[in-house]
Amino acid sequence: MSDSISIYAAIAAMALVTLACRCGGYFLFSRITPSPTLRRALAYLPGCIFTAYVVPALVNGPPQNWGGAAVTMAMMAKTRNLGLSIAAGVGSLFIIHFI
Amino acid sequence: MEAPIIFTRAGFWRGVRRSLPLVAGLAPFGFVVGLITQHHGLSLLQCMTMNALIYAGAAQLVALANWTHPAPILAAAFAALVVNLRFALMGPVLAPWLEGLKPVPRYLCLALLVDHPWAISVTDMRNGGRDMALYVGISLPLWLGWMCTTSAGFLSADTLNLPPNHPLFFGALAAFIALLVPLWRGKRDALPWLVAGGMALLVAHIIPHTSWYIVAGAVGGCLTGAALEGRDPHE
Repeated sequence: MSDSISIYAAIAAMALVTLACRCGGYFLFSRITPSPTLRRALAYLPGCIFTAYVVPALVNGPPQNWGGAAVTMAMMAKTRNLGLSIAAGVGSLFIIHFI
Repeated sequence: MEAPIIFTRAGFWRGVRRSLPLVAGLAPFGFVVGLITQHHGLSLLQCMTMNALIYAGAAQLVALANWTHPAPILAAAFAALVVNLRFALMGPVLAPWLEGLKPVPRYLCLALLVDHPWAISVTDMRNGGRDMALYVGISLPLWLGWMCTTSAGFLSADTLNLPPNHPLFFGALAAFIALLVPLWRGKRDALPWLVAGGMALLVAHIIPHTSWYIVAGAVGGCLTGAALEGRDPHE
């Protein structure tokens, strides 16, 4: 198979699988009536999914990222401003990086 | 609770405003995805097709890390499945808003599902928000920004060489960390979040280079939360 065709085939396969993930979970849940336990569990999903992202990324990343994380969180807790918090976290790492 | 779902112009623009810091925060991430795509020998058109249709940077990075010539169709599809399985868990959480839409726009909204607009929308929904246009207003600029930053990364790949630990790359992680703050509902989240983080760490160690760890951590944390509430007679 030519390189170009195989690349587009791989992209199409990834796109289809991803679309199935995005739509399929909702579709399945709309067909069943979630039990109270399942509803309770889903209410914890937003926090848990982001914690599951962030913790390994911090543990396996460079140590100064912990400082950046603390600054980002503190700024978000104080201002609830997402842009400011990201900028503060990245800015603090720039300061650590260049001193 | 049962106030009708609305879709307003004001809500859309509120979403657009709230998307701007995200577009900026995720720009370095998009840039890196574009850079790496170029390094693996894809053309600009292929890079743009990939980002437009898949629109899931982490999955693309995992697939590209194991890229071959000719392209690994099955391996790439599997990477997309494993890394994006979380979307299947996230979609149902938006159900109260999605049910206010007709099927076609509803599934179009789901097709644009990514982490950050979802987190902001869920937070708004928890605070009593009923305006689905907020989600669309955040999602569209983010998609456009993603197309621009990945293309910019692709085009500068030959001239630019940022070290992997450059502070700019922290932007994508910082966005996740900041979004955790408004999701915190108090003490009852403590143990589920701890379990989520611990399980994610463990699974990431056992099965590296996939994102089973996110699914494992999220499911572990959710089950912990449900179990704790199940024992509480006041619930």
